[in-house]
Amino acid sequence: MRVTINGDLQEVPDTCATIRDLLAHLQLDQKIVVVEHNRRILQKEDHASSELKEGDQIELVHFVGGG
Amino acid sequence: MLKIGPYTFRSRLLLGTGKFPDFNIQKQAVDVSEAEILTFAVRRMNIYEPHQPNFLEMLDIRKYKLLPNTAGAKTAEEAVRIARLAKASGLCDMVKVEVIGDDKTLLPDPVETLKASEMLLKENFIVLAYTSDDVVLAKRLQQLGVHAVMPGASPIGSGQGIINPLNLSFIIEQATVPVIVDAGIGSPADAAKAMELGADGVLLNTAVSQAKDPVKMALAMKLAVEAGRLGFEAGRIPVRRYASASSPLEGMSKV
Repeated sequence: MRVTINGDLQEVPDTCATIRDLLAHLQLDQKIVVVEHNRRILQKEDHASSELKEGDQIELVHFVGGG
Repeated sequence: MLKIGPYTFRSRLLLGTGKFPDFNIQKQAVDVSEAEILTFAVRRMNIYEPHQPNFLEMLDIRKYKLLPNTAGAKTAEEAVRIARLAKASGLCDMVKVEVIGDDKTLLPDPVETLKASEMLLKENFIVLAYTSDDVVLAKRLQQLGVHAVMPGASPIGSGQGIINPLNLSFIIEQATVPVIVDAGIGSPADAAKAMELGADGVLLNTAVSQAKDPVKMALAMKLAVEAGRLGFEAGRIPVRRYASASSPLEGMSKV
């Protein structure tokens, strides 16, 4: 299925049924990452229950150096 | 002790984490600074390079309070979104509200800063507001209930030091919450001066990260903040126009 991640259209396997699956697919499951799913900011415990669908908009952010 | 909201800190130096030459130097600088509050920015991940190291992974983050900023926001709504993203990490509930109103000077937008602070306080964030050195604005922020006001000494990253000590002292004198001088500090003398004026803390980044030797400068800033604070508590002497002899005038031996 196709979803938009950080502004780019991406093809991801249909086995990515949830946000948790998507993070594992992207090898980001061990990272400190915050997910915004269709403009809804997810708490970590929501990753497994948030279903991924064709056309979804995903933002993946993290902490970087800043003042 | 520095008290911000429910938290207490031994260190009065808050350190930013941007623009260090590399993570090793940054880690050493953070260590010697003894800072307990570290600022970060929130940005998109590079999903094409999932194994890229992240500075947070090098830290024992239980030892620090993370202070994410809302840098990049130009409106209150953008700032609130960034703050919510940061909090959803589960790692922090403090936020440095930073809403820039002018790209060239990076000076804060006072109206949007007030709006963002109000919205975030309603969501139970611990709000530290980056603001210009305006005493009326500081008062308005205090009335909203922010947990600290953070007036700039001079434009972000400029290293110009404290341009308007009078305005800073007005803010400090009327303060009902901690005043942390944020932005523009260039040298240890600037940091000590801010503390001598009675600031509760200093937040700096570029002055350390872009110094020739960031680790040594981190130590210098730690000492400067401590010295400035001690000097403030000790109470400096008044400035006199003419000399006042330190040695007794009586009892001179004569031939």
